[in-house]
Order: sequence, then structure tokens, then C-alpha cells
Amino acid sequence: MDTELEALLRPPAMRMAAYPSKVITLATGKQMVVRQASRKDVPTLLDAVRPTLGIPRDYYDIVGARLYAELLGWYRYRVRDHYCLIGQVDGFLVGIVNGRMYTREVGMSYHTLAVERGLRIGAHLFAAKMEHHLEHLGQDEVWITAESPIGFRRWMIEYDLAPKEGAQHELGGASYYVLTRALWDSAKPRLCVGDRPVPRKLLSLAEEGIKIADEDTITEQILGAKRRMLQ
Amino acid sequence: MRGVAIVGVGMIPFGRRDEDTLVDMLSYAALNAMDDAGIGDMPIDAAYVGNMGAGLFNHQTAVASSLVDRINLFPAAAESVENGPASGGSALKNGVLAVASGYFDLVLVVAGEKMREVVGPRATDVVATMTHPQAEYIYGATLPSMAGMFARLYMPKYGITAEHLAKVAIKNHSNGLLNPYAHIHSRITLEGILTSPHAIVNNPFVADPIRLYDCCPVSDGAAACLLCPIEMVAQFKKPAIAVAGFGQATDTHTLQEREDPTDLKAVRLAARQAFDMAKLSPGDVDVAELHDAFTILEIAESEHVGFFEKGEGAKALERGQTQIGGSLPINPSGGLKARGHPVGATGVAQAVELTWQLRGEAGQRQVKNAEVGFSVNFGGFGNNVVAFVLRRES
Repeated sequence: MDTELEALLRPPAMRMAAYPSKVITLATGKQMVVRQASRKDVPTLLDAVRPTLGIPRDYYDIVGARLYAELLGWYRYRVRDHYCLIGQVDGFLVGIVNGRMYTREVGMSYHTLAVERGLRIGAHLFAAKMEHHLEHLGQDEVWITAESPIGFRRWMIEYDLAPKEGAQHELGGASYYVLTRALWDSAKPRLCVGDRPVPRKLLSLAEEGIKIADEDTITEQILGAKRRMLQ
Repeated sequence: MRGVAIVGVGMIPFGRRDEDTLVDMLSYAALNAMDDAGIGDMPIDAAYVGNMGAGLFNHQTAVASSLVDRINLFPAAAESVENGPASGGSALKNGVLAVASGYFDLVLVVAGEKMREVVGPRATDVVATMTHPQAEYIYGATLPSMAGMFARLYMPKYGITAEHLAKVAIKNHSNGLLNPYAHIHSRITLEGILTSPHAIVNNPFVADPIRLYDCCPVSDGAAACLLCPIEMVAQFKKPAIAVAGFGQATDTHTLQEREDPTDLKAVRLAARQAFDMAKLSPGDVDVAELHDAFTILEIAESEHVGFFEKGEGAKALERGQTQIGGSLPINPSGGLKARGHPVGATGVAQAVELTWQLRGEAGQRQVKNAEVGFSVNFGGFGNNVVAFVLRRES
């Protein structure tokens, strides 16, 4: 490695507050630990994201491909001021969200990927991401866009966001929408939950290592493929 | 009138079936029913196809004509039957009448819906086209909002709580786990959907007091039954299930015009007709499939059809009487709540489940020694209801 050149390519980082882990009881009664992933977790996360690249349903392929690139970029110091939060149930990864500090005041929401579906895991993790920007990173607003109709309904409609003009979200595509502190304060009571601190045993299990299901299981969880066998 | 039997049934797994068209799904279900009966090269005289909204969901109409072409039933008579969410029940009733009249011998009844072609809010809007255009729809009425208003009146009057509604959902999700054809395969808990402070996100209000888990999912799916006169049943390989009775009744289009909006009059009347025709009573029923598009409806219908006195349905649920293994299992398939509710398909899917139950073919969700089954297919918000009594023939 040419260290001089690498120093130019590797962007300087802002100091970022850590996300305090929390635990959420899902509809199944299972407990999902939401915590911040670290750079060393990225290879495991990439293994979990890889199967989604071949799933066009609900734009999983686009979301997966872009999330993969963002995580890899973070791992190899090519995305600046990036964070990643994960959801785990019994140690197993059930969802990933990420974003970055665009400026000290403005957050840039990247992606939300639920590996297990139908339990509002994406909704819980997206809310955790907004909580991180506005309450822990201390930012004033978060810029959000969507790549799928589900994302549009979950973020723009559920949070009552309005489109903004005059700038471009880093993910391109649709207009960008802004979650302001006032909108967050209004949405938080109905959309953001979780208990802190996480009981020690539960947190230890999550931190022991991120377990991921095999590729077939991940594909089946996303597609509901098992039922097609009966056709 | 001749006696009518169901000699073949077929279904496809409900859920989200992006790869299949509506006619693909109808075809799979129809072929499964024909194979089940083992009809070989016997000609089918007529096909009745229940469907509510293909014109709006899929931009396709005249699906019965398309189905006979796809699976080569020529020159069978064919017609589509549209009666809102009771389209399946109406198609089955029309098929039964056609055989009973002596005009047709072998009649295929297929019903299906492909709702997931549109996004959820659009699907809710399409279903809401069955409300009164001037008195309800233009004010934003949807079926969940009607269920919310109904529940607000019914719950305090008959001592039903949010916990009772949640318990219907938990029971039916649990049953759905035993049904490989169910849309939803997910166990849910009281803590997760009601008592935990986190339940507000897991199970948000849709139309207070109706929450997300009180509503059926938006599903794709299809189901089919093959009918023949009772005297022909020996020609088929499966045990015959007699259509012992049916009933159909209507009520006012708008909820506001009903004398008592908590009285599901059409359910009462349709059920009474079906029991009278079968010369049976609610107490004779071993297993029931009720139209739980919303959890409150399972409890209310169980009272209106005569299984329980008013105010006793929720208590029966609490005592476990309506679960598999109880004295009167309701919705062992998972019901609309977990098996799913492709609107036009539901009435026939209920008959398919009852047939499997009465034959003893329901696998892990089998109700022991079931001989008499009963179904309610609820159209509109109770303004057009079709009920059936099915009986195992010895």
C-alpha cells in the first residue's frame, strides 16, 4: 500500500457518538437486540447481504447491492462518517440499517434491509436509525429517499414527510424527503420503541458473534419460497 | 332437487404469487381438484368462477372464459360470479344449484383473486368499492373502518375486550402454522401484539379498536371444488362430501340504515336457511370456517349462526372451545386471518378446508371425527352472506 496515496484516499472522520443498544419485543414475543455494528463485523454482514443480490422482489437486489457497496466502502475506508445498526434475535441477524453524517447538522439515511420479514423489523430498525441521527448524533434533520414502494410507504407516509427541492440525496433517484426534529417528536411515540439497558445475558449473546442463516434460508425468508414447493 | 356432493377439491398455497397470473392460479387449483377426484377424461359440463376484482386488480375480465381455454374444458359452459368477498360462496352455490337442478352433472367451481398486483393501500381501496358510493365511499369508508365502527359498538355491548380480539388472531396464526397452504406462517404472542409497550409498533391501530393483527392479510390465491349428483359419487376415487344445506341472505348496503348495526342479520338468516335445509342444528357442527376478515367477526359470527349465545362467543374462545381440540374448532385452516383472504377465493377455500376435515385429510390440524362442517362467507360488511353445511357421507 502506498501510504501517502492512501492517506489522500481515506477520508478524515468526524467524531460520532455511539448508539446505545436497546431491546424490542417483537410480535412473536421474541426479543430483538438493536445495536451498533463495528467495522470488524462487515465481512459477516456482507455474507448476509450477498443472497439478496439475486432477489428482484421488492427491490431487494438494488437495496442489497447498494448496501453491500456501502458496507464494503466503510470496511475499506471509502465511505466517510458511516454507521451501521443491526437487529439480532437469538444472536441471528434479522436486519441491517445504515447511514452517515453528511454534515454535523444533516444526516444521510442510506438503507434498510430486513432479512426476516413480516414482523415490522424494518420499521423498528428504521426508527432506530432516525433515533440515532436526531438523539445520539445530535443532528437537526435526516435526508431520506426510497427505492421501493414498501420503503416509500414505511418512511414517507408513516412519518408524514414532505418532498424537498433544491438538493440531491446521495442515493439519487426519487426526490429527497426530510425528517425534521419536529416531525420526529411527533412520530416517535408511535414508531420508536425499545428498552435500555439491554439485559446483560441478551447483549452478551448478541455480541458473541453475529449468526447468519444460510443462503437458502435467507432467500426463503425473503421470498417465502417454501410454499411454492406445493404448487 | 338432486343431492349434490363435492368429489374433488384443490387449492394452491395462498400468499404473494408474483410469478403467477390470476388465470395461472385458477388453473392450478382447478387441475388439483380434478386430479383429486380422479375424473380422467370425463367431460366437465360447466365451470363457475368466483372472483371479485380482476377488472380492477389485474385489468382482466371474463376470467371464466379464459380459464376454460387455458385448461381445455371446451365446450363447457362457463361464467364468472362476482359478489364481493362472497364471490366464492356464490359461485359454489350457483354450482350446487346447477347440479341440483339436474341440468348439469359435473360442475367445476373455481375461485381466486390476485390482489398483490397492486400495493396494499390500493387493494384496500379496490375492496372499498363494495361500499355505498354516495353514502360511504366518498367519506373515506373502507372495510377496516367499518370493522372498527362495528367493533366499537359490539365490544362494550357484549363484553369483548382487545385481549379477546388478540386471542382470535393468536389462535388462527397458530392454526395457520399447521396449514401448508396458509399465507401467514408466524406464531404471535399476546405480549408481542398487545401487552408489551412495544406492541404499538408491532401492532398499530388501523381503525381503533381494530389493529394490524386484527385484520386479514392481502393475499393471492385460488381454490376449487368439483361437484356432481350424489348418485354419481361412486365413480370417483375420494369419499363424497354432501352439500347438505346452503343459505344466502342480504342486508342493507349501508351500515347506517340497519335497525341495529350490531345485528348481523344476513349471517343469522343465511345460517338458519343452511341448517334448515340440512335438517341439522348449530349443535351438530363439528368444525367451522367463519369469515374472520377481522377478528371481531369470528366472535360475532359464532354468535349469530347460533354456536353461542350473544356475549358467549368470547367466553368460548377464552375457554379454548374454538381451538383445535376444543368442542367446536373454528377456523382450523387459520381462517382468513392466517390462511389469507384473496377476496373472491375465500368461500371456496372454506369448502375445501371443510372437505379435507370431513375426509380426515387435514394433517396436523385435523379435527377428530369431524362429520359435519359449516362455513360463512361474508360479503360487503354483512350485506350479502352465503353459508354452507357440509356432511360426510357414509
